[in-house]
Amino acid sequence: MKRAAVLGTGQTHHRTRRTDVSMAGLCREAIDRALADAATDWSQIDAVVLGKAPDLFEGVMMPELFLAQSIGAAGRPLLRVHTAGSVGGATAIVATSLVRAGVHRRVLAVAFEKQSESNAMWALSIQPPFTAQLGAGAGGYFAPHIRAYIRRFDVPAHVGALVAVKDRRNGALNPYAHLRQSGITVESVRESPMLWDPVRYDETCPSSDGACAVVIADQAAAEASDRPVAWIRATAMRTEPTSFAGKDHVNPRAGAEAAAALWRAAGITDPLDEIDVAELYVPFSWFEPMWLENLGFAEPGHGWKLTESGETRIGGRLPVNPSGGVLCSNPIGASGLLRFAESAMQVMGRAGEHQVPGAGTAVGHAYGGGSQFFSMWVVGSEPDHRAK
Amino acid sequence: MTDVAIIGFAQSRSRPEAGTTSGVETLVPVFAQALSDAGLSRREVDFWCSGSSDYLAGRAFSFVNAVDAIGAYPPICESHVEMDAAWALYEAYVKILAGEAETALVYGFGKSSAGELRRVLALQLDPYVAAPLWPDSVSVAALQARLGVEAGMFSERDMAEVAARSRRDAAGNPYAQLSGETTADELLTAPYLADPLRVHDCAPVSDGAAAVVLAAGDRARRHRERPAWITGIAHRVDPPGLGERDLTAVASAAAAAAAAGLAGDLDAVELHAPFTHQELLLRAALELPGGVRINPSGGVLCGNPMFSAGLSRIGAAAERVMSGRARRVAGHATSGPALQQNLVCVMEA
Amino acid sequence: MHTEPATTPLSAPLVVGFDYTRSLGPVLGRFMSGLRDGRVLGSRSSDGRIHVPPLEYDPLTHAPVTTLVEVRPVGTVVSWTWSYRPLDGQPLSRPFGWALIRLDGADTTLLHAVDAGGPERMRTGLRVRVRWAADRVGHIRDIECFEPSGDASAAPAAGPPATADGEVTMMTTPIRLNYRHTASTEESRYLRALAEGRLLGQRCPVCRKVYVPPRVCPADGVPPTDEVVVLADRGTITTFCVVNVPFAGQRLDPPYVVGQVLLDGADIALQSLILGCPADEVRMGMRVAAVWRPREQWSTTPDNIAHFRPTGEPDAPYESYADQL
Repeated sequence: MKRAAVLGTGQTHHRTRRTDVSMAGLCREAIDRALADAATDWSQIDAVVLGKAPDLFEGVMMPELFLAQSIGAAGRPLLRVHTAGSVGGATAIVATSLVRAGVHRRVLAVAFEKQSESNAMWALSIQPPFTAQLGAGAGGYFAPHIRAYIRRFDVPAHVGALVAVKDRRNGALNPYAHLRQSGITVESVRESPMLWDPVRYDETCPSSDGACAVVIADQAAAEASDRPVAWIRATAMRTEPTSFAGKDHVNPRAGAEAAAALWRAAGITDPLDEIDVAELYVPFSWFEPMWLENLGFAEPGHGWKLTESGETRIGGRLPVNPSGGVLCSNPIGASGLLRFAESAMQVMGRAGEHQVPGAGTAVGHAYGGGSQFFSMWVVGSEPDHRAK
Repeated sequence: MTDVAIIGFAQSRSRPEAGTTSGVETLVPVFAQALSDAGLSRREVDFWCSGSSDYLAGRAFSFVNAVDAIGAYPPICESHVEMDAAWALYEAYVKILAGEAETALVYGFGKSSAGELRRVLALQLDPYVAAPLWPDSVSVAALQARLGVEAGMFSERDMAEVAARSRRDAAGNPYAQLSGETTADELLTAPYLADPLRVHDCAPVSDGAAAVVLAAGDRARRHRERPAWITGIAHRVDPPGLGERDLTAVASAAAAAAAAGLAGDLDAVELHAPFTHQELLLRAALELPGGVRINPSGGVLCGNPMFSAGLSRIGAAAERVMSGRARRVAGHATSGPALQQNLVCVMEA
Repeated sequence: MHTEPATTPLSAPLVVGFDYTRSLGPVLGRFMSGLRDGRVLGSRSSDGRIHVPPLEYDPLTHAPVTTLVEVRPVGTVVSWTWSYRPLDGQPLSRPFGWALIRLDGADTTLLHAVDAGGPERMRTGLRVRVRWAADRVGHIRDIECFEPSGDASAAPAAGPPATADGEVTMMTTPIRLNYRHTASTEESRYLRALAEGRLLGQRCPVCRKVYVPPRVCPADGVPPTDEVVVLADRGTITTFCVVNVPFAGQRLDPPYVVGQVLLDGADIALQSLILGCPADEVRMGMRVAAVWRPREQWSTTPDNIAHFRPTGEPDAPYESYADQL
């Protein structure tokens, strides 16, 4: 298989409402930064892949069509990916395949969500006829599964707060983060309102406008780069149904199988030992320990211990979400690509104040739907073997 | 370079109103037929990829439900485009080319009748300066048709001839929604729907689904005596503004055809032209020779299930190769207002 | 267990409506501000062409557009069609023409409506002028429509804007779509049984699991067998959350409990409201029973069951539902 690498990344300043820009302007803020970071100009872009979550959020059917010219796709191939919350990751993976297949040399992957054009709670709760009118809200889907996790392994109640404190403080190191709370404490999180018991206000992601872009290129372009690149060592995607008799909502098999395939393809036998930094899709703080187990960083029931021990902080054994993650910025369609981009920034040494020193191998992760769509990649400062 | 071929195709019958909004019940038998056509079992599919639209169903994440039709447990490798499934086929083709999969099943589905289609499609236009006026898809197509007529590229009679030929050809297609013997003279007596378009110039509103099975090299040869080898596939998009591009030139179709290597002898071409004049514009843009057989299936003028119709054009063309009726064919798909985005897939025995 | 006859699918209307709030950014903001002020602005691209409506980014250099110039609110029809039966939301409620209009001073065309009276009055080359809306707020609909201008080339007069303070930064676009949602045969059978106060499940022929509502088995991708399983209207709470947060469209005052209820005899849980005890007394494993609405309110909807309430039975052991979590 041909090699592919990230040449550069870009993202917007994520906010509740980016009313200073249009949808095109939002995308271009990220794209222009990515092109500059990649030292790539428009004439070198062969194709554009755009990812975004439901069209109902912005009230535009297939918005890539009206955006085609503004995002530089006119006259070029343009693909629009939509795999629910995992879409940002899937977007990067589709772009990677285009390069690995030898179809293109440089592909621009861009993902965005402008939630402020409508109201995500409204769009997600449109109730089709013949279904029960429950009114559980956005967190109402995931909170019961978090409760099941806590029950299954008898997890101490403060673990969710520990993740929230870590991620929000990390976010304070990230100039693009929506929420930047350097003063947050376990006590303040545990005093924040209980929204969807067992999930508290400070343990949930915000609703953000934002975009992210990544330039993915072939080996020749990567080797010609003056700056470090992030070699894409492996990608994986897996899907299972939203619900079925016997589904494990706490440790979904699709996530575990995606991770197993990912490690295998990247030549990683002990992810906890070999991965230097992880950007995981954690929209509710409790998902950090759940995903640590799902991805194989810890045995089932032990993920929370890794979190509790502080090993997932910057400086720990496996820093998780040094960018602040989804808990600090959640432009839904872009959130997955942000995880992928942030993992690349780490191995390129371009993560600024939230840089994990010496990061050589990183994982980017996204999931969506009812914990059923998973997309992941491993990037490294070296193309194949981890050089540490 | 890996060779990739189509080794199976199935579609549901196009109907004016049929099936559930989710599409699951329509897809289950289509999957079974496509896999049986390809001689493959469900668990042998390395990669699944679909195309559909939330706005067709009126619901966010509408494609999520459709995964139920696959039986995706144990988990599968799967992706989705919010486009006609012809572009899902492109994604699957690339996946195989990259060596990340050996087999793939691509599907598209949509219940066009769930909403008021021509009004829903207005939301594909610029959301600031065009969509707030709700220009419906038929009116937008009519603006394009008049440009072609007044430029002397074709006449309303030429358009009616396209409709009459399509309906005649569809008589041999059990999946078609419209078919029958008619003449241009007869069709031209109908009143305008949106000048210069009459009802026969516009594809009907159709519900349906389709699936295509792809495989790499030897795998394709093992499963199918006569695979339809993809010798070229490419797609391009034009600028969105209706006043920004030459609506009669269809530059993106021409560019896609050149990139896919369309030129040369062709036994049949399936064009995704939801309006009669669009077939005529595409024939010009793709520089199709006069004698080439266009839309032997009757095309989408006789059944236009949104988001699977483009995929079905490729499937129908491939089917002619697989069945031995053709040696070299092409399938075309379009998306967006007035042929904004186009894909061309060339296949050979 | 018995077999019920196949039923025709149920369908029902679904309305999707929202007033979208669009932020405009610098170029579209100036364009909309111009419309509010009775002026039409176009963008100048690097090749000197004037684009109306404006482009936000240069089509050749991709650079952000900075130059907007005023064009005349009078122009020429380049292509047209006729709308015999206008649809909801279109600029005019009486029959009108759609046209691509090149305004004087512009190099590209604008799509808008022409109030021409009849199709016989429309033609390519027709000269038209803007008819300004009475109340202009900074929106594409500040142009009510175009109208034939005759030979006169005088620009139409625009009345004062409805609001004139500063630059327009936002526009509101109501989007309202009507759909008809169609259920499957199995779901329809389930709903019709609900209207009679019964809960039906159906079994997957492959994994033999009982699904409620009946559906294509998502694990195996096959429709259920015709055999119907009548389920008890009681079961076990596998897991739940306490909703404490108020949000738009909510029908109950928080706090309240939404739980996963595994009906006795079913292999998949239903989500339901849990009432009848304080929220903090709800437990995993708690036994609950359906509370049906009064019989005269029953129809083909799961809402016939108002909620589930505790039965007072001993809790189900964790092991009995652990594989449902």
